[in-house]
Amino acid sequence: MKKFIHSVLAEVDYQSVRLLEILHTIQAQYQFIPTEAIDYLAEALAIPRGNIIAVVEFYSFFHLTPQGRYDILISDSITDLMLGKDNLSNYLSAILKVSIGEVRADGLVSINNTSCTGLCDQGPAGLVNGYPLARLDRPKLDEIAALITQKIPVPDWPAYLFEVVDNVRQTGLLLDSAIAKGAALKAGFARGIQATLAEIDASDLRGRGGAGFKTAVKWRICSEESSDQHFVVCNADEGEPGTFKDRVLLNSYADQVFEGMTLCAAIIGANQGFLYLRGEYRYLKAHLQETLQQRRANGLLGDNILDQGFNFDIEIRMGAGAYICGEESALIESMEGKPGIPRNRPPYPVTAGYLDKPTVVNNVETFLAAAAIAVKGGAWFAAVGTEKSAGSKILSICGDCELPGIYEYPFGVTIRQILLDCRASDVLGVQVGGPSGIFISNQELDRKLAFEDLATGGSFIIFNNTRNIFEIVQNFSHFFAHESCGFCTPCRVGTVLLKNQLDKIISGHGSAGDVVELEALSQLVKNYSHCGLGQTAANPILSTLQRYPNLYQERLKTISYEPGFDLDGALNAARQLAHRDDAAAHLAQVEE
Amino acid sequence: MSKTINIDGQNIPFTEGQTIMEAATAAGVYIPHLCHKPGYTPHGSCKLCTVNVNGRSCTACTFPAAEGQAVINNSRELTHDRQKITQMLFVEGNHLCPACEKSGNCQLQGVAYSLNMLDNHYPHFYPLREMDASHPEILIDHNRCIFCNLCVRASKEKDGKNVFGISGRGIHKKLIVNSSSGMLKDSNIDINDCAAHVCPTGAILIKRTGYQVPIGQRIYDHKEISEVALLQEQDHG
Repeated sequence: MKKFIHSVLAEVDYQSVRLLEILHTIQAQYQFIPTEAIDYLAEALAIPRGNIIAVVEFYSFFHLTPQGRYDILISDSITDLMLGKDNLSNYLSAILKVSIGEVRADGLVSINNTSCTGLCDQGPAGLVNGYPLARLDRPKLDEIAALITQKIPVPDWPAYLFEVVDNVRQTGLLLDSAIAKGAALKAGFARGIQATLAEIDASDLRGRGGAGFKTAVKWRICSEESSDQHFVVCNADEGEPGTFKDRVLLNSYADQVFEGMTLCAAIIGANQGFLYLRGEYRYLKAHLQETLQQRRANGLLGDNILDQGFNFDIEIRMGAGAYICGEESALIESMEGKPGIPRNRPPYPVTAGYLDKPTVVNNVETFLAAAAIAVKGGAWFAAVGTEKSAGSKILSICGDCELPGIYEYPFGVTIRQILLDCRASDVLGVQVGGPSGIFISNQELDRKLAFEDLATGGSFIIFNNTRNIFEIVQNFSHFFAHESCGFCTPCRVGTVLLKNQLDKIISGHGSAGDVVELEALSQLVKNYSHCGLGQTAANPILSTLQRYPNLYQERLKTISYEPGFDLDGALNAARQLAHRDDAAAHLAQVEE
Repeated sequence: MSKTINIDGQNIPFTEGQTIMEAATAAGVYIPHLCHKPGYTPHGSCKLCTVNVNGRSCTACTFPAAEGQAVINNSRELTHDRQKITQMLFVEGNHLCPACEKSGNCQLQGVAYSLNMLDNHYPHFYPLREMDASHPEILIDHNRCIFCNLCVRASKEKDGKNVFGISGRGIHKKLIVNSSSGMLKDSNIDINDCAAHVCPTGAILIKRTGYQVPIGQRIYDHKEISEVALLQEQDHG
C-alpha cells in the first residue's frame, strides 16, 4: 500500500492542498480510505491524521469503511422522486440483493442515495463508480445488475449506459453566439486590458451563481489588492438541486469558460486559475483536461499567451459530494484540502481567498458571459434584459414539463412564457432557484425572472397539480439537514429541528402550536445562520407557509398539545412480544 | 480623538483591528458568548454573540469594529433568540446538569441562567455518544461537547500540539482525538496543557478533582456570567 500511496502523492507533487484528489484515488483503489493510508498520508504530507479523518468524514464520497467494488449512488432529488426513483431503487436493491445504504456481504456492490447529480432533465439518475447513469428504467437496471454479477469493469460497460445529453432547447444571447477559440483574448489584448474591464463594467454583468454581485466591481477590487499572487477560481460546484446548466456549459462550451477565466486572470494579474468541479461531475474531467491541453497547444494557456508576455494556467480541483462547497469561501477551504466550512467574513475572497491571496470566484456562466462581452462589447450585452438585470440567464428546466433541458432567456421573461415554451400544463407551482430559492404558486405566473423579482442561479423545477406540496418541502428540508456543514449552532441543530418539526406536522402529529413553532424556528435559522445555506434552508417552508397556510392547518389535530412521538406505534413491539392486540393493549395518543 | 462605535446608545472607543467583541469587553460591555475566548483566534460558530450592526446581523467576536457602527446588543428580540440558540445546544447533546461535575462552573449553564432559560423548549435528540476515559488524568465526555472548537484551538495555538479536531458533517459533527487509536491515552496531551482546561462545559474534565467545591458554592451559583466573564476577559481587551 505504501508504494501505491507514494505513487499517488508523486502524481500531485506531495501538495497537501490536493488532499481531495489524493483521497479520490485511494477511495477508487480500495473502496474506502484505510487507516494505514491515513497514517502514510499524515506522515508524507506532514499534516495531523485528525485533519485527514475530518476531510474523509466531511465529504459524502469518501468513506472510512469499504463500499462495494461497484458503488451505486441514486439521486434522491425531488425530480428523481417524481420520476419514480423509489420504485427503481427498490427494484435494484431486490435484484442485486443488497439493501439501500448497505454493502453486500461479498463486498461486490453497494447502493446509496445521494443528493442531486445534475441530471434532473434525464432522471431518474445516478452514478456508478463516478460514471453517470441517466434515464434509468427497469431494463437498464437489469442490464447493470447482470454486468455487475459478471464482474465486468465499469469502463467496459456499453457506452450508451453512460450517455448524457445536453438537451439545449432554447438558445439566446450567449448560446447563439459562441465565440471562436482565442477571440476574447485577442479582442481583450487589442482593446487593452483596462478598456476590456470597462466593457465588462458597461455590460452590467452580475454574478450568475445567484447572489448577483457585479462582476466588474469584483474584478477591479481584486486587481487593486497588492499581493505577490492573485487567483481565478471557476465555481463549477453546481449543487443546487434542479441545476444542470453548468454541466452542459462545461460539456459543450468549456473553451469559452476557460477563455473567460484567462481574461479575468489578465485583468486581475493572476498566473494560476482553478476550476472547482463538483464530485458528481468527475466524468467530465477527462474532457476538460483535454480542452486545457489543446489551449496550451494553441498558445491560449501556459507561458507567454498570444505573445503578450502573460503567463496563466488552469488546474482542475475536484469536490467530493458536499453542497456547501458551492459557497465561495467553503469552496476555497475545499480547494485547500480541508472540510468545506464557510469562512468568517470579512475578509472576503477578493482580498484573502485561496491561500489567503486575493481571489476572484465566479460561476461558470459568468466566465462564459465575460468572454462573449470581451468580443462583442458591453453595450451588446446591456441592450438585453431589464434595467437591473442585464443580459440573459441560462436555465435548467426540469420537473413536470414535456421538454426539460437548457433554456436561455433575456432577463425579464415571465414565468408564464417559460412554462409555455417547455410545454408545462396544469401547473401547481414552480420552485425558482432550487430549494434555497422560492416556491411560487400558479397565481404568480406573471412574475419575472430578474434579480429584482425572481432571482435564480439556474434551477427551475415545475410541479403539476398531481404533486403534493408537503412531499416537496419535506424533500428539500431533509436535503438541507443532510448538507449542513455543522459549523454554526442555528444551522447544525436548526435544520434538523426544522426537518423533525415538519415531519411531525406532515405525519399528522402536529397540534395547534406546531405551525407557529415551525415558523418561529424558520425565522431563527434564517436570521442567525453563518452562511447562505442556513439562511435559505427554511425558504421552502416559509414560502409554502405563506402561500398555503390552510394546507398546514389542515394537518393539525384539534387538540392543544400532541406529543412528538406516536405512542400507540411505540407500543407495537410490546404487543408483538405479548401476543396481544386487544383494546387494552392500545393507548390513545392523548387522554380523551 | 479615538474612534468609537455605539453599542446600545453607549459610545465605546476602539482601536483599528479590534473586533466588536474586543472593544465591548474592554469597555465593560458583556456580549454573551461560548466559542469566543480572548487570546484565541475567533471562531464565530456558536452564534450567541450575534449583534445587530447597522441593521445587519453580525457575529461580534469576528466582525471588525468600524467608525460609525450602531450596534444593538441588548434587545428583547436578541435575548429571546440567544436563548433559543442556547436551547439548541442543550438538546443536541446530553446535558444532565444535576449529574455533571461541571455544574455551577459550566459556561453553557451560566449563559442559560443569564438568558433566563427555564426549559429546553425543543425536543431532545438524545444522541448516542461515547465517553473516552482512557487517559489516566483527563476524561472526555462527548455528551457535553458543544463544538466550540476551543480545545482544538488551545492545543494548536497554545500548546503547540494537535491533540483535538472536529470531524463529521452537520449534526454528525464530533470531537476527535488525533492519535493512532483515536483514544486520548495515545495522544500527547499533558495535564498542564491549555487544551485540558479550556472546555466551557463538562466535556473535558480533569480526573480526581471532582466535587472539591460543593455544588451551591460554585462560580455561577452566585455570580452572573456577564460579571465573571468581564472580570476574567477585560485585561485581554
